[in-house]
Amino acid sequence: MRTVYNFLTQTRHKYGLSCSDLLTYIYLSLGTVVMAGPLIWLVLSSFKPQSQLVRFPPTLLPYKQETVIVTGYEQPLELFDVTFDDGTTHRLAQISRIGLEAQMVNPAAPDTILKINIKQRQPVEALSFGMDNYTRGVQAFDFWTYLRNTLIVTILATILTLLVNSMAAFGLSKYQFQGRNLIFIIIISTLMIPLSVILIPVFLVISQVGWTNNLLGVIVPAAATPTGVFLLRQYMLTIPDELLDSARIDGASEWRIYWQIVLPLAGPALAVLAIFSVMWRWNDFLWPLIVLSRNDLFTLQVGLNSFQGEFNTQWDLVLAMTVLTLLPVTVAFAFLQRYITTGIATTGMK
Amino acid sequence: MASVPVSKTSTAYRPRKPDWLTEILDWVMHPVELIVVPIQRRFGTQKMAWFFVLPNLIIFAIFIMLPMLLNLYYAFTGSTNLFPQDRPFVGTANFTQLLTCQNFLQPTTCQQDIFWRAVWNTGVYVVFEVSGIVIISLVTAVALNQRIRARGFFRSVFFYPVLLSPVVVALIWKWILQRDGLLNAIIVALGGQRVPFLLDAEWARFWVIMVSIWAQVGFYTLILLAGLQSIPTEYYEAAQIDGASNRNTFRYITLPLLMPTMLVVLVLSLIRAVQVFDQSFALTGGGPGTATTYIVQYIYNTGFTSPSRQAGLAAAASVVLAITLMILTLTQLRLGRKTEENT
Repeated sequence: MRTVYNFLTQTRHKYGLSCSDLLTYIYLSLGTVVMAGPLIWLVLSSFKPQSQLVRFPPTLLPYKQETVIVTGYEQPLELFDVTFDDGTTHRLAQISRIGLEAQMVNPAAPDTILKINIKQRQPVEALSFGMDNYTRGVQAFDFWTYLRNTLIVTILATILTLLVNSMAAFGLSKYQFQGRNLIFIIIISTLMIPLSVILIPVFLVISQVGWTNNLLGVIVPAAATPTGVFLLRQYMLTIPDELLDSARIDGASEWRIYWQIVLPLAGPALAVLAIFSVMWRWNDFLWPLIVLSRNDLFTLQVGLNSFQGEFNTQWDLVLAMTVLTLLPVTVAFAFLQRYITTGIATTGMK
Repeated sequence: MASVPVSKTSTAYRPRKPDWLTEILDWVMHPVELIVVPIQRRFGTQKMAWFFVLPNLIIFAIFIMLPMLLNLYYAFTGSTNLFPQDRPFVGTANFTQLLTCQNFLQPTTCQQDIFWRAVWNTGVYVVFEVSGIVIISLVTAVALNQRIRARGFFRSVFFYPVLLSPVVVALIWKWILQRDGLLNAIIVALGGQRVPFLLDAEWARFWVIMVSIWAQVGFYTLILLAGLQSIPTEYYEAAQIDGASNRNTFRYITLPLLMPTMLVVLVLSLIRAVQVFDQSFALTGGGPGTATTYIVQYIYNTGFTSPSRQAGLAAAASVVLAITLMILTLTQLRLGRKTEENT
C-alpha cells in the first residue's frame, strides 16, 4: 500500500531508477497489454482461416494447414503427421474422414489407402498471413459501397461543417448586432442536449424534408455543431479588429475579409475542428442508423453492425472487415497524433 | 463542456498553410464574392453579420431546435401516429404511465417495467463506469507524467482506443469474450471453467462497463495529463526545498491544483455515461434479457423498433433524460464557478 502511494506521489523531478519508477513501468506495461492486446489479437485473428477460428484453445499466431497435391486426386489434400502403433511418425495426406476413422494416403506412394484413427494424427501447419478473409469479406460485405458512402459523408460533412461554422463564428465574433448574444447562448445551451434525446422528432423532420435514405440526411443536420461554433468563435476573438478595419479601408468586401483574412488566421482552430469532424463522421453510428435503412446507403459503421448476425456471426469476415474499417483512423492517428492530442487537451472535447 | 479556450500563441497570426489550399480556397470563394457584394451593397456592412450567421442558424433551427420543440409536443400527445396533426393531446398521461410505480426499487411493480429497469441499469452503470474512469485515468496520467522512457509510446497506446468507433470496440471485445474466445482460453489454461461472459446477466453488465472504460479512459487521461503539466514547477521546487515528502507533495500540491481538471473529467464522463447507447447496443444488444438495456436504448426501442411505435412514451422518457442531463450540466457550471472562486 505504501509503495502504491509512493508511486502515486512521485513527481517528475527525481533521477535514477527508484522503486516507484519500477512500479510506473510495471503499471504502464500492464496497461499496454490491456489496451493494445485486444487490438493485436483482432489483427492476428483476422488472418486465420475459419477452421482455425473455431479451434479451442486458439493459437496465438495465424496458422494454415499445409496441403499437398497427390496424383489421382483433384483437390489438394490436407497433410497430417501420423504416429503409428510402433512409435514411428509418417507424414500422410488425408483423403476423407468418416467418424473416428480417416482414410489417408502416403503422397510418395498414392496407391495404398490406410485407415487411421483420428486420434493418431496431428495436422501439419505453417505460419500464414492469408488474405483470404479480406478478399472474401470485401465481396460479401459490400465494402466498397460502404466505404464510398462513408467517404462521401465524411468529406462533404467536414467541408460543410467548416464552412457553416466558420461563417457563423465570424459573424458572432466580429460584428456588433442586436440578438448576437442571444443567438450565441441558444447555440451553446444545446451543447448539453445530445442527439439521442431527440431521436424521434429528428427522424420526423428528416422524413418531412425527404431525406430518409439519402446521404444528405446524414450530412446536413449535424453540420451546425455548437462545439464547432464555440471553438472557432473563441479563436476568432483573438484576431485584432484593426486588421479587418484596414482591409475595409482598402476596399475589401466583407466576404473577402472572411475568406482572405479571417479564415487563414483561424487555420489552427479550423484544423482542430476538421480533425474532430472527420473523427465524428467516420465513427458516427446512431444518426446514420436512424436515417439510412437501405443497404446500399449504409456507412461502414452501420454496415459492420448489421453484418454481425444476431445468432451466428461470421467471424472470419467480420474480423477482417473490422480491421479494414479501423485502418484509416490508425493512419490518420499516426500522422496527426500531435494535433489530435493537443486539440483534445486544449478544448476538452471529443 | 469545458470552457478552456484555445491557447493564444504568438503563432496565431502567422498562417502557415500550403499554397495549394489557398489556391483552391480562392478559386471557390471568388465566384461567391460576385454574389455577395451586391447583397452587401443592398443591406450595408453591419447587416452582413446576418448573412454569415444565417446558414448555420437555418440548419440549427430546422434540425435541432424544431426537433426539440416537437419532442415536447410528442411527450404530451398520444397514439401511434408519427405526424403531429394526427396526435391527440393526452396531457401528462405519458409521464404518468412512465412514472407509475408501486415500489420504485422493484421495476416489476411498475407500469413501464422496462423503463425502470433501464433507469436502474443506467444508475449502476454510471456509478461504476465513472468511478472507474476517474481512478484509472488519474493513475495513468500521474504515471505518464513521470520522468520515464517511451512516454510518447505509452500515451499513444492508452489513447488509441478513443479513436475507434463504438461498433469496432464492441466487435473487438465480443471476439475476445465469446465462448471460445481468448479470455476463456486463458481461464481454461489456468485450470478454470469457461464462463459465458455475454450470456450471463451480471457478467454482461460488468463487461459493458469494462469495455467502455477501456475505450474512453485515454481521452480523460489526456485531459488530466494536460492539467498536471499546467501545474507550475515552482511549487514542486519549493516543496522540495522545504523537504516535503512525496506523499505530502501529492496531497497538498498536486491534488488541490488538479481539482478543477478532475471536475471536468468527472462531469464530462458523467454526462456521457448517462447517454450510454451505441457501445452496449453493439456489444450485447441490450441483453441478456434486459440486463444491459439503458435509458437511451429504451427510447430507441420504444420509438423505433417496437411493433407499436409509442413515440409519446419515448419522447416522455427523453424529456426525463434531458432534465437529468440539464441538472448535471448546471451542477458542473456551479461547481466550476465554486472551484474558480476558491483558487
